[in-house]
Amino acid sequence: MGAFAARRLAALIITMMVVSMLIFAAFEWTPGQVASKMLGPFATPEQVELLTEQMGLNRPAPVRYIEWVGNVLKGDLGYSTYFKTDVNNIIWDRLGNTLLLASIAFAIIVPCSIIFGVAAGMREGSKLDRTISVLSIVTTSVPEFASGVFLATIFVIILEWLPGASTLESGGDWSIASQLVLPVAVMVLFDLGYVVRMVRAAMVDVMMKPYIRTAVLKGLGFRKVVLGHALRNAMVVSLTVILLQINYLVAGVVVVETIFAYPGFGHMILESALSKDTATVEAATLIIVLIVVITQIAGDLGYMWLNPRIRFK
Amino acid sequence: MSSPATLRKTAAVTVAAKPILELRDVKISYITRAGRIDVVPALSFSLAKGEALGLVGESGCGKSTVAYAIMKYLGGAGRITNGQILFNGQDMASMSEDQLRQIRGSKLAMVYQDPMSSLNPTMRIGRQLEEVPMLHMKVGREEARQRAIRFLGEVNLPDPELIMERYPHQLSGGQQQRVVIAMALMAEPDLLVMDEPTTGLDVTVEAAVLDLVAQLRHKHDTAIIFISHNLGTVLRVCDRVGVMYFGELVEEGPIKEVFANPRHPYTRGLLDSIPTMGADKHSRRLSPIAGQVPSALARPVGCGFASRCSFCEPATCTTVPIPTIAIPGEARHQAKCVRLSELPPHRRFQVVPGEATAEIAKSGETVLGIDHLYKIYRPSGTIFDSKPAEVRALTDIELSAERGRTLAIVGESGCGKSSLAKVLTGIEVATQGKVKLIDWEIGHVPVEKRNQAQKKSIQMVFQNPDSTLNPSHTVGFAIRRALQRLRGISASQAKTQAAELLRLVNLPMEFVNRRPRQLSGGQKQRVAIARALAGDPALIIADEPVSALDVSVQAAIINLLIDLQDKRDATLVFISHDLSVVRFLADHVAVMYLGRVVEYGTVEQVYAPPYHPYTEALLSAAPVAEVGKERERIILEGTIPSATKQIPGCPFASRCPRKIGSICDDQPPPEHVTQQGHRIACHIPLGDLAKLNTRAAE
Ligand SMILES: Nc1ncnc2c1ncn2[C@@H]1O[C@H](COP(=O)(O)OP(=O)(O)OP(=O)(O)O)[C@@H](O)[C@H]1O
Ligand code: SF4
Ligand code: SF4
Ligand SMILES: [Mg+2]
Repeated sequence: MGAFAARRLAALIITMMVVSMLIFAAFEWTPGQVASKMLGPFATPEQVELLTEQMGLNRPAPVRYIEWVGNVLKGDLGYSTYFKTDVNNIIWDRLGNTLLLASIAFAIIVPCSIIFGVAAGMREGSKLDRTISVLSIVTTSVPEFASGVFLATIFVIILEWLPGASTLESGGDWSIASQLVLPVAVMVLFDLGYVVRMVRAAMVDVMMKPYIRTAVLKGLGFRKVVLGHALRNAMVVSLTVILLQINYLVAGVVVVETIFAYPGFGHMILESALSKDTATVEAATLIIVLIVVITQIAGDLGYMWLNPRIRFK
Repeated sequence: MSSPATLRKTAAVTVAAKPILELRDVKISYITRAGRIDVVPALSFSLAKGEALGLVGESGCGKSTVAYAIMKYLGGAGRITNGQILFNGQDMASMSEDQLRQIRGSKLAMVYQDPMSSLNPTMRIGRQLEEVPMLHMKVGREEARQRAIRFLGEVNLPDPELIMERYPHQLSGGQQQRVVIAMALMAEPDLLVMDEPTTGLDVTVEAAVLDLVAQLRHKHDTAIIFISHNLGTVLRVCDRVGVMYFGELVEEGPIKEVFANPRHPYTRGLLDSIPTMGADKHSRRLSPIAGQVPSALARPVGCGFASRCSFCEPATCTTVPIPTIAIPGEARHQAKCVRLSELPPHRRFQVVPGEATAEIAKSGETVLGIDHLYKIYRPSGTIFDSKPAEVRALTDIELSAERGRTLAIVGESGCGKSSLAKVLTGIEVATQGKVKLIDWEIGHVPVEKRNQAQKKSIQMVFQNPDSTLNPSHTVGFAIRRALQRLRGISASQAKTQAAELLRLVNLPMEFVNRRPRQLSGGQKQRVAIARALAGDPALIIADEPVSALDVSVQAAIINLLIDLQDKRDATLVFISHDLSVVRFLADHVAVMYLGRVVEYGTVEQVYAPPYHPYTEALLSAAPVAEVGKERERIILEGTIPSATKQIPGCPFASRCPRKIGSICDDQPPPEHVTQQGHRIACHIPLGDLAKLNTRAAE
């Protein structure tokens, strides 16, 4: 297991190196582009050249890449041309906001998906199964903006129970907690159905296995069969899918953040990308890739822990 | 004519004690899209305390259905639609879920065919065992643990405490099955239902498990229902046997009487399909049962076996329901056949000593020559293990096969049989040594580099025809394509030749338009053989070609192979674990152990003393379906060592019952070669081996 962790760590470092090169190549390979991106479409060629010169952008790409990597490693993520401040001043707050949203949603999705998925899959074709399956298909197929608008209409406009914008500003009429309700609800509604269906499929599969028959014919009650014998085996299969949701929750929530004007990470990337704020986009991309790679490692370790076939060869 | 009701009465008189289990006119149906299928129409039998009843019959005749009906676990589609199953006198249909749970696992337990998949892969063996006493005997964890350890010891598992900590995948197949048996016995049940408990295990492991079952049965006085398609294994465990055909018990009685004097034509057919001990292809052909089990959707009025029975007389056999008739003078022996009294007496084929077996004339011409062949797999590193040990699959193999002859290769799983086939066919290449096919050196030539003539000369037939026949191609297309590819002939020529090949493998012409799913297992195997014959190969390699088939079908395929060999003069390499089939079919036999040939010779030489100690154990383990021919069994302890180990001495030393001392561990055994070419690799001199063998046989 130690050797495994070490190898995965090495893979992580290599992945990050390759990704950083790709990011750099995509955004900064041709120096003129950077300057013209920054100056916008109406800049004269002379202005572009001057800026290129000032920023040291006409030096060879490898040199600039190494300099960039060095800066990133020192913790200097560059200057955001859009937010007009150091990237560091803005990015961590935004990441924190998004992680707050994501972790609340994740904390709801994980237990709910397991409970509903197992309840549906333990008796395939039962009423409970059919109800849960239909509901999960319906909720997943409604796009986030539609459910966002729908929920906002009910709870904000008609009932006036919740705020329409979640800007996370305290001191107003709405508490921070109340501001989080709708964004979390939309994310959970959209994602939960998918995970439930995956867990259900795994559970249905496990319930047909011969070892479940063994457990039943031992005389165990249905509850013990499900909780004691089926659950863990179903989790071995579902774990990866569940952990992959972290990626969606962190990187894929730009729609939700935009609907509710939530000062989050996805919204920040969107804004900075639209205004060609290279430094912010680069840093944000690096962070997202890092999160993806780390969840994958966590997934592998969890799989090993749940699955004795790998743990004990 | 006696109705089932009168029969029951007679049965009740003869069964002294109150039966543990009684089935009364049980009808079992599956609800399918095609409608209700009455798989078992009306089954009655009873089982007394401590009795062991074997259920045999071809695949699909309802054995497992009966087993799961007794457990009341038929799945969503299965129903008991008529009759009663009485367990300890109580009708199981009237039991509540709770009552059922209380008897399952405690009074009524089951052992399954595939032990690996029957154990929970993510739970330690210990916990899976402890559950049983904790549930049924209401004892605490610690007491349950002690009991589990005791029962693991009782099923002869070494180091029970260690096994308790293991997960199922860390045990061998035989060990897993012992765990399942221990689990079933822990609450000392009154009835143990075993559905093919040894199918899929190696012969030596099977022998040990069967002995264990027989021994535990007497110790705990457990009644057993033992299901198997192998008549020999049933003979070892049971005192009564029921022969099932098409959902009905066509014959039932004391096992020795049924096997020695079978009455029903189906029972006779089953027994005639398997090679008798000592018989070979020169003395007779096997007699397969013609046809196959009809569809249960349209059950005929009369005898279900009529369509396949050579004694059938339509007027009496197919017009009215057939009664079960008690056989006069034999207590509790009965058969379901109206012509019972008119049938001629049955005699199983017996080899008359001295008269049989024409000496095989040496054909002289060597088609396949294997010379000091080694195959070492060097697995590439994985993320969990960067330097896995190399696997020595084949070590110093020296074999040859002559034109028109059959070379059989026997041994337990993992002994290298299939690796050898892979090197011959070019799926793998030799690590060292030579393989000569006719005039070519092919050991180092992978299949994609072999030329047309080489590819054509060597063809393969596999155990499972499903894996090699493309389900979307018709039979005709598969054979024609092979013909065109291997012979380079035109489409119209291929068409006539394909018809020719179908005739050769005894398949009707209209099969050209069928797809594999429309064929039975035996028919699929015939198609696979026809396709292998397309290139008119000099060498056919058959890897367990009959082991997935029913005995009746197996007999037909074996006969087919013999005929083809006569007609085509092809050489056959026949890989098998079934020693009686090998005895019947082979000319030469190589016994492999751990990647080495430990004994080689003609079939007469290998099946008579002196034996290599391993061959001796294998032969003693092979189940024999003949009363009075059972041998004293040599039980091999332990498992085959890992092929990754370097073994300085004899590969068999860790399990050899005849081991003579440390010399076996330290020095490779010499190979004794007789003048007739019989080779045995052992430290014991041939003369001593022969003496040991004959003494053991007495
Ligand atoms: N769930 C099911 N639905 C419909 N038909 C079924 C079902 N299970 C089994 N059958 C049919 O019932 C018949 C008896 O099957 P069963 O499995 O009891 O045979 P078996 O004697 O155990 O065969 P084998 O030796 O192959 O295990 C077969 O015709 C089979 O196709
Ligand atoms: S009843 Fe007739 S068809 Fe059936 S087994 Fe007897 S002889 Fe054959
Ligand atoms: S050499 Fe020794 S261990 Fe090997 S088979 Fe002969 S007696 Fe047994
Ligand atoms: Mg079966």
